[in-house]
Amino acid sequence: MAITGESHSQFHVLAVDDSIIDRKLIERLLKTSSYQVTAVDSGSKALKFLGLHEEDDHSNPDRVPSVSPNDHQEVEVNLIITGYCMPGMTGYDLLKKVKESSSLRNIPVVIMSSENVPARITRCLEEGAEEFFLKPVRLADLNRLKPHMMKTKIKNEKLGDQEKLEKPEIQSEQQQQPPSQPQTESQPQPQPQQSPLLQQPNNNKRKTMEEGLSPDRTRRRYNGGITTMV
Amino acid sequence: MLGWGVDRLRADMSRLLAILFHQGVLDEQFLQLQQLQDESSPNFVSEVVNIYFHESEKLFTKSQGPTCKTDGYCDCRLDREFSDYKKMGIHLNQFMGSSSSIGANRVRNVCVAFRAASEQNNRAGCLRALELLEHEYCYLKNKLHELFQMEQQRVLAAGARYPLQQQQQQQH
Repeated sequence: MAITGESHSQFHVLAVDDSIIDRKLIERLLKTSSYQVTAVDSGSKALKFLGLHEEDDHSNPDRVPSVSPNDHQEVEVNLIITGYCMPGMTGYDLLKKVKESSSLRNIPVVIMSSENVPARITRCLEEGAEEFFLKPVRLADLNRLKPHMMKTKIKNEKLGDQEKLEKPEIQSEQQQQPPSQPQTESQPQPQPQQSPLLQQPNNNKRKTMEEGLSPDRTRRRYNGGITTMV
Repeated sequence: MLGWGVDRLRADMSRLLAILFHQGVLDEQFLQLQQLQDESSPNFVSEVVNIYFHESEKLFTKSQGPTCKTDGYCDCRLDREFSDYKKMGIHLNQFMGSSSSIGANRVRNVCVAFRAASEQNNRAGCLRALELLEHEYCYLKNKLHELFQMEQQRVLAAGARYPLQQQQQQQH
């Protein structure tokens, strides 16, 4: 199975799930799609990895963060994919904390769940989740991730250009590739190129959330409302 | 003669898999696992499945209760007392999820039935579901064990036949 997604090695995904099987699976799926992966087994560990402790962003002055909120160079995360039902902090709790954090809120979050509960799906999307995947997650589902990651990376790099004029990031300009390209040839049904929101007509079980949800709603969380419909 | 062994093993494995799919013991998620196995992760399927069995053992108690009736590799007992429905429910949900993730279709379906019975406080239904669960789980474990043994033999036989190409032969 030859994967030629070399550009993906620049993307780093943080995977969160308490189930060791699902963690191993999502890790393999992401690596097969040529993403870098860090997998943790809880929401609190995820927040620690992101440099955010369970108290507020801006609380304890005595705390010495290993990563300061304004500088993610060391642990840049381009996407968080998390299970929903987890002991302690659920995926929804984690989503909320990420979106409430000034330093993290631009990171796209994807929720995975084995249960198809429309109310749950809606709640997650309204809280700012980009996608909601039903488990078990398939390789084809991961094609939906790239547009979210690219959008954030381009935005971050433009912000970086404004702040640090002496450090140009030239490569970002060349990343504007057409979205939704199938990553592997081994998928049973190759996808036509289309918007990531209109997906996979063969698979109505999986993307229940798309019925009745307008694109604007899922994009609501992006600052400035610049919705580059890819 | 070794070559004939490899081909025959491969045919036997295909036949076994076909039976398991036909019976609904495995579903397409298992195929997805196979697709994820390649040169960079040549034992992915058996690794995941072994984790699954290891994790699932937590559901079973080693203390009292009859052993499951299937002969062979499996040796599991389910706790028929289940005085703590809630705890059992949590384990069952996890077990249901991981069964679904590896494509263990029939096991997953019995978990669903068990959950329905426990939500209705239907003790007889729960007992029945647990019996079925034991049976399905043991059957699955035995068959997958058989499959992985065949795979190991196939790899060995292929290696003996083409020692320089053993790396490639490990591909599914």
